[in-house]
Amino acid sequence: MTMAPPTGTPGTPGTTARGVAGGLGESARRPDGGPKVRGEFAFAGDLWADGMLWGATLRSPHAAARIRSIDVGPALAIAGVATVVTAADVPGSANYGLEERDQPVFAADVVRYAGEPIAAVAADHPETARRALAAIVVDYELLPPVTDPELALTGEPLHPDGNVFRHLTIRHGDPTARGPVVVEGTYEIGMQDQAFMGPEAGLAVPAEDGGVDLVVSTQWLHNDRDQVAECLGLRPDQVRLTLGGVGGAFGAREDVSLHVHICLLALRTGRPVKVVYSREESFLGHVHRHPARIWMRHTAEPDGTIVSFEARIVLDGGAYRSSSYHVVANASCFAAGPYRVPNAHVEGLGVRTNNPPCGAMRGFGAVQVCFAHEGQMDKLAAACGIDPVELRLHNALDHGDHLLTGQRIDGTLPVARVIRETMALPLPEPAADELLSRPGAAGRTTDAPHVRRGIGFAVGFKNLMYAEGYMDGSEAACVLVDGLATVQCAAAEVGQGFVTLAQQIARTVLGVERVLVAPAETASMGSAGSTSASRQTWMSGGAVEQACLAVRDQLLAHVASTLGCAAADLEIVGGAIRSVPGAALDVDIAVEDAAPGVPFEARRVFHHRVTLPLDADGQGDAHVSMACAAHRAVVDVDPELGLVRVVQLATAQDVGRALNPLSVLGQIEGGCAQGVGLATMEELVLEAGKVRNASFTDYLIPTALDMPEVVTTLVEEPEPGAPFGAKGVGEPPVISSTPAIVAAVRAATGVDLTRVPIRPQDVALADRPR
Amino acid sequence: MTDTTYSLNVNGADRPVAGAWLGESLLHVLRERLALPGAKAGCEQGECGSCSVLVDGVLTCACLVLAASAVGASIITVEGIGPAERGEMTIVQEAFNDAGAVQCGFCTPGLIMAVHDLLDRHPDPSALDVREAISGNLCRCTGYGRVLAAVEVAIERSAR
Repeated sequence: MTMAPPTGTPGTPGTTARGVAGGLGESARRPDGGPKVRGEFAFAGDLWADGMLWGATLRSPHAAARIRSIDVGPALAIAGVATVVTAADVPGSANYGLEERDQPVFAADVVRYAGEPIAAVAADHPETARRALAAIVVDYELLPPVTDPELALTGEPLHPDGNVFRHLTIRHGDPTARGPVVVEGTYEIGMQDQAFMGPEAGLAVPAEDGGVDLVVSTQWLHNDRDQVAECLGLRPDQVRLTLGGVGGAFGAREDVSLHVHICLLALRTGRPVKVVYSREESFLGHVHRHPARIWMRHTAEPDGTIVSFEARIVLDGGAYRSSSYHVVANASCFAAGPYRVPNAHVEGLGVRTNNPPCGAMRGFGAVQVCFAHEGQMDKLAAACGIDPVELRLHNALDHGDHLLTGQRIDGTLPVARVIRETMALPLPEPAADELLSRPGAAGRTTDAPHVRRGIGFAVGFKNLMYAEGYMDGSEAACVLVDGLATVQCAAAEVGQGFVTLAQQIARTVLGVERVLVAPAETASMGSAGSTSASRQTWMSGGAVEQACLAVRDQLLAHVASTLGCAAADLEIVGGAIRSVPGAALDVDIAVEDAAPGVPFEARRVFHHRVTLPLDADGQGDAHVSMACAAHRAVVDVDPELGLVRVVQLATAQDVGRALNPLSVLGQIEGGCAQGVGLATMEELVLEAGKVRNASFTDYLIPTALDMPEVVTTLVEEPEPGAPFGAKGVGEPPVISSTPAIVAAVRAATGVDLTRVPIRPQDVALADRPR
Repeated sequence: MTDTTYSLNVNGADRPVAGAWLGESLLHVLRERLALPGAKAGCEQGECGSCSVLVDGVLTCACLVLAASAVGASIITVEGIGPAERGEMTIVQEAFNDAGAVQCGFCTPGLIMAVHDLLDRHPDPSALDVREAISGNLCRCTGYGRVLAAVEVAIERSAR
């Protein structure tokens, strides 16, 4: 359980010297930590209202069907059932969708995936609601589901919008250039689920203005609001969203789930309605990580210098678009990994099938391609007779180099440094052989003499924030009265710690320790954008900084006017307003006493620099910034049983600057766990488009016994243009952890594993060298 | 659905439950009838541990117990594990808060109960004992690193 403390130099110079506790660079406590450990924090599913009804959703058991008829009569006849709604009852737009409105609120005539909503009920008790669902009679005409994206590419359209969400081609450099060393491979990634712990939940309350108040667990309040309003036929201001406590997200709450259903039920019944998904429904009710099939071919000089790169990436987007269009872009733009590649041809495809819809999950396209390009780099190292780590160092991208898209890396991207610092971390100490720490742990039958150890390495990168010309922004407000600051922003706190960061920023800028973070809601705040793409520290952190700076300037101007000096003569140091060195006056007033009873208020919108769309050759300055990380994995494997235990992960991550080192460590360790899961156990298993393991009994995520020790180094090279120099840290840990583990299993067994998660049969039944 | 009326002893107090469906789990009754939402419904299959409570001193998934079958038992929830004063915390709760063991916090009440249960029985557990004791509590945010660190802090502070 030894954990290397984060290294590097946490802290913004001058921050802690200013003497305000809990500022930037410190591992400040979470403001919601106390309520969460005491069980007092209100998650969306913990809410309750007088006269509340329970909502529930009927979902199609079939992946492809035509609906001949729906009879809700038997459900309505059940005592305690208040209403039943179907597609016919949706007053506004029939469709919703994160980027394009292609997904029906309820299936009306066609079912495109197993789990698609058909109807919703509101009843006096959750059991009544379940019985009502069972009583609804739906007459389906079954159709053969199209579950293979290659077949969907050439088959009949499954939707009026067609079967291709995006076909992106990147042409870079000389299309004919080839090196003498050639390595090629095809890689598969299974469907991973975000599997956050708190299932989807919300409480909708009908309002007197004909609108609705919705408290819901989400990642992006304003986008939800707009979709809900469109479907309900209401103005956006008539739909008021407030963030309910969110039990994790990881991309799965970026799309609307129960939102329209619950509001419709509340408006129809005139009563508050609560919906809480079961775990099974949660697995069916949100998007997943795209399963992928990826072909890659690299050519290189004999010394390992990459000459050319070709790839074809097919992502199964399932039945509806969600964010598939942009997942294709990320997978394609970062397909070659963080390496200098002068000549490339990449084809990225996102395809509609009758599988469950796929969309955002932590890593967003970069995870799938990293598994492939890191497999390729190991192959290339072997073909060239070069150490795999040396090969990566030899080709590592750096500041000033270019991406496959032609974009010059004008910020920091210390790829070689994260590789070297990862390799410098200590290997695990020899440990006593205990049953629980063997592959398969207790209850399995691994014998110690059969266990083989392997070490693997991988590095990955991805962009931070939205791309391709998206005009992104975040709004924040700050109020300061008598030394008490209140910060408000609609950024969704989903567990990552934005609320802590907002306090830290206000403390450092304003020199006050007492900072309240007001609830995230749509009625009084503009959009903060989505809590995704590792973007909130930069975007909403930037907005909070600007609002606080404006308040600071007002405060200093006020004090200067009362003292008859210039505002430029004053600064905030520690908790005090002081005169700058050399000023005529000698001022030293506590911030909280500086302007009794006078409120200072500011509201600011933050934008990052402009990006551009990709052109017809996939070229363009489409990305704001990039971050990288490397992982070294040590595994124990029983090759005969195909059981894998990850013993240690070592990682160095490019974080720009650690604004809260303990939170950064938590993001890294949590991301590593999701990488361990994808490598060794996590996959939604589909049969004819139907999810067969929608439970924590059958969809396994790592437990405390599955997780290895994680040793971490933070690489701090401040990013120009980023508020405080900080990069988003949530996604890199989940990108290269998976391929590092698979490389280690390959090293331990000699099996050429090309698919994740690794299943026991992939190892135990494989042809391998004796 | 036939309604029934009974009484549960929760956190040291007798709490009447009136007009309840007999099929309700202890978790449902705690959360929806007794205003004790600290135990969370993460899977309702006994896999995730988010709903962990103590029933007659035994760490139990409240989702797997019918509420009516817990009549006569002493039930302790996360709301009753700590000091009654608002804002006060147990050593374990404080250690979780200090060591960065909390992110989204959904699994936290269950983990707090599991760690209390472990340390009550076994004040100086090995690292592997700790991992085993919390292996029935799924956490998706932390990767368990800071949770394990918090347990070490709690053990150290308890020994003082």
